[in-house]
Amino acid sequence: MEPGQATDEPALSLAGLRRDYGERTALDGVGLRLGRGETLLVLGPNGAGKTTLLRILATLLRPSSGEVQALGCSLPDEAWKLRGKIGFLGHEPLLYRDLSGRENLRFHARLHGLTGEPGEARIAELLAAVGMERRAEQHVAELSAGMRQRLAICRCVLHRPELLLLDEPDSNLDAEGRELARALIGPGAGRTRVIVSHDPERFEAEADQVLRLEAGGRAVAA
Amino acid sequence: MTPSRIAYITILAKDLRAELRTLQSLPAMALFATTTFVIFRFGLDRTQLSGSLAAGVLWATLLFAALLGVNRLFVAEREEGGFDAIRLAPIDRSALFAAKATALFAYLFALELVVVPIFALFFLGSAAALGPLVIVLLLADLGIAATGTLISSMAVHSRARDLLGPLVLLPLVVPLMIAATGASEPLFAAGGVGYHRFGSWLAVLSLYDLIFLLLGWAVFDFLLED
Repeated sequence: MEPGQATDEPALSLAGLRRDYGERTALDGVGLRLGRGETLLVLGPNGAGKTTLLRILATLLRPSSGEVQALGCSLPDEAWKLRGKIGFLGHEPLLYRDLSGRENLRFHARLHGLTGEPGEARIAELLAAVGMERRAEQHVAELSAGMRQRLAICRCVLHRPELLLLDEPDSNLDAEGRELARALIGPGAGRTRVIVSHDPERFEAEADQVLRLEAGGRAVAA
Repeated sequence: MTPSRIAYITILAKDLRAELRTLQSLPAMALFATTTFVIFRFGLDRTQLSGSLAAGVLWATLLFAALLGVNRLFVAEREEGGFDAIRLAPIDRSALFAAKATALFAYLFALELVVVPIFALFFLGSAAALGPLVIVLLLADLGIAATGTLISSMAVHSRARDLLGPLVLLPLVVPLMIAATGASEPLFAAGGVGYHRFGSWLAVLSLYDLIFLLLGWAVFDFLLED
């Protein structure tokens, strides 16, 4: 299905989602429905389970209980079907320090089946979009945190995912970087987005829904 | 080309490129092995070794040098988010096992290209044993690569990984080491290269390799789950 294509099926459907780490509960009975092409903003203090929620949606964590449907795939059983349709931008850029920016993107492109000329063209397009063409051959270890974040955003959208999972996407970006990133992960591309942020003012205007989590992972009624 | 094969080649190429650039594993392994041979040479006060003693010195040294490579095998994946990146991709995670095992196999073989001639120079009267020894080295390397990759992928998530890896790995490779020294012993015989039970030990080595390659392939997907 093309990003943003109209359908009755929600992009995300959560019911009674719970995740425990030993005796500590990170998410406790979270439920929501998010339509395709919509943006969900997840807010909450540190330790409220925002990142845990994002990692469950990214198939990197299994829920302890509850139902999770993402793009028609039931998690965790159908995680293998969902991978490749999601773009995940977490706290870590997921880039190898000893490889250059271009080599990192080539690595990720190939893992997502983007090989040869189409892969190279996509990488060049993204590097240009975030203003990194001239820094593309530098090792990631030599780049600033902001430059790494730009590359991480390229990595996140490299394979044209339908669902973007963004954890503090603006972190380390300067004003120019935020503007450039907006073209890739901002609203308007018709993709479903889940954005985790500490800053409600930054993304609230773009959000179709807001999920507020409190310490202990409970959703707070809006 | 299938997605799994592309993933295998991509991960392997990344690992080899990173190692060639940073030289984090191989030089340390080679230096360790060479130093150990020097210590054995002066510690035993012998200029020539033969039979089981020669086989024991060679394989004990290679095994402990291999541990250095095993310990570093998944460090980039843990510290730089490689595990997450690979888990996010629509690929068979067994490709990661295959790529890492191949990389470790390549490190071991490269190590042996350097240090086995040094071993021969220090302890053997002739180089006649080195030809058939290559078969033993290749089979033993395959076993160490399969077992080492499996254990390293588990240990890397632990805070005590530097301790846990060797503690779990060493008992598991005891059968491999018995077979490797058993196969090498007649090759280093004092009277010249022999082949007593050489084939039987090669069969044991092959069986060990097969078991751990299949085991790694089968369980690796589960090991990457949270």
